[in-house]
Amino acid sequence: MKSIKNHFSLVLALLSILFAMQIFVVVDRTIDAYKQNLATQYSVIAVSQKSISKEDMMSFDSLISNVEELAPDGVIKRLNKSMDTKNIELLKVTLPKFYKLHLSRFPTPQEVKKLTKSLLANNGITKVEDFSHNHDATYKMLLLFKNVISIFAITIIVVTILLIFKELRIWQYQHSERMSIMGLFGAPVWLRSAVLFRLAITDAIIATFTIFILFAYLAQDSYILSKLSDIDVKIVIFDQFHDTLILFLTSVALSVFLASMIVLGHKEEV
Amino acid sequence: MDKVIISDNLSLGYSGDETIINKASFSINSGDFVFITGASGSGKSTLLKSLFGALKPKEGRLLVGGVELNGVAKSKLNFLRRHIGIVFQDYKLIKEWTIEKNISLPLLINGYDKSVSQSQVDSLLKHVRLKHQSDKYPPELSGGEQQRAAMARALAHNPILILADEPTGNLDEYSSGLIWNLLEGANTQLKTTVIVVTHHIPENLSVEYKHLKIEYGGIHEIN
Repeated sequence: MKSIKNHFSLVLALLSILFAMQIFVVVDRTIDAYKQNLATQYSVIAVSQKSISKEDMMSFDSLISNVEELAPDGVIKRLNKSMDTKNIELLKVTLPKFYKLHLSRFPTPQEVKKLTKSLLANNGITKVEDFSHNHDATYKMLLLFKNVISIFAITIIVVTILLIFKELRIWQYQHSERMSIMGLFGAPVWLRSAVLFRLAITDAIIATFTIFILFAYLAQDSYILSKLSDIDVKIVIFDQFHDTLILFLTSVALSVFLASMIVLGHKEEV
Repeated sequence: MDKVIISDNLSLGYSGDETIINKASFSINSGDFVFITGASGSGKSTLLKSLFGALKPKEGRLLVGGVELNGVAKSKLNFLRRHIGIVFQDYKLIKEWTIEKNISLPLLINGYDKSVSQSQVDSLLKHVRLKHQSDKYPPELSGGEQQRAAMARALAHNPILILADEPTGNLDEYSSGLIWNLLEGANTQLKTTVIVVTHHIPENLSVEYKHLKIEYGGIHEIN
């Protein structure tokens, strides 16, 4: 019972930090995937007086991933009834060229402006429609959502670190007597603090394992999967190797830091 | 005869200019049984603390087991402490360890083999009549039992020097008798140097002893 109590407070603190971290990672992945979806739907229209090859168009900005020339057939079809064939052929030659530019990712408002500027700087391109109003609103909403989650995660981490420092004082008190007594019999520092480090690493393992179980379950949860599917997002909620490794290393680093602070702050009492 | 302790113009104190022991010179030979007496607050425990390096000399020289304690490196001090057995008035047992584990502490620190350590601890538990209490924790034992466990711990690694601060201070006759027997046994059979800080020297001791008295900051040998 006493042993469980010893572990409980640090495990709980580590759990909240790891949970906040993983939630942030999941939200970040969701936003990235959502942005990628938006990028496939989002495109810029460029109007040019002369024909521009796909390669030339792509060389204007590295953000452009594909170029599609829009056929003027729809407009001509509507005029077809009132115009003779000769005039229609003439119109086909004089009509400006319309290009739909696909982007490699969802751009920031600054990138959209830069793209527009570099396109207009080219001889021949007379107009660029970047749908900036719609783009800005979507982008700002995503940014707001990400910022809110970041602030939430940072708050949890800061509060928990403060709790850990409080816990540190309790640990200092609990372990100082044993460390002092061992010191009186000539125990080297590593031996005096071995129990402390063992306890800290055990707690890190318990916390990582608990988060592993929780997120491995959440990653399979049908409710969460359906919610992601609703917004057409397919992401890895929990990478069992990569994420576990990062969570474990963070957890070990924090608890070892805590133990080291206790060892460094220890004063021999006789 | 080898000298285990050499003190030359030793001054001790805790803070500021206050000096508790003032320019004391004395020496203790290997295998001696020494009592240090003095009135309360005279500096008996202060002197004992300095002998295991818990208090640095303010002035003068102090050599214990050939190690100069003035400005001694931590690693060298640890090495020295591994060859000293200490008994405190307040026992200083590790509360979250069993009695058996407490007794094995110096053996663990000195890197004894587990089987050797186990047989040594078993033998000591028998000597201090605590075999039946071996798996209990210090707070579950009486003061006398805790002090016997602390005594066993001090003897576990066959130290060259035993320092005991009022080892029988608050103990009943039975526990006191056991403690004195163990200290006498270590001194006569193992030739361990024993230094005991006490208010009263027991009358029925079978060993020859040296008596150092602390008075007005000085240390005097009493014949």
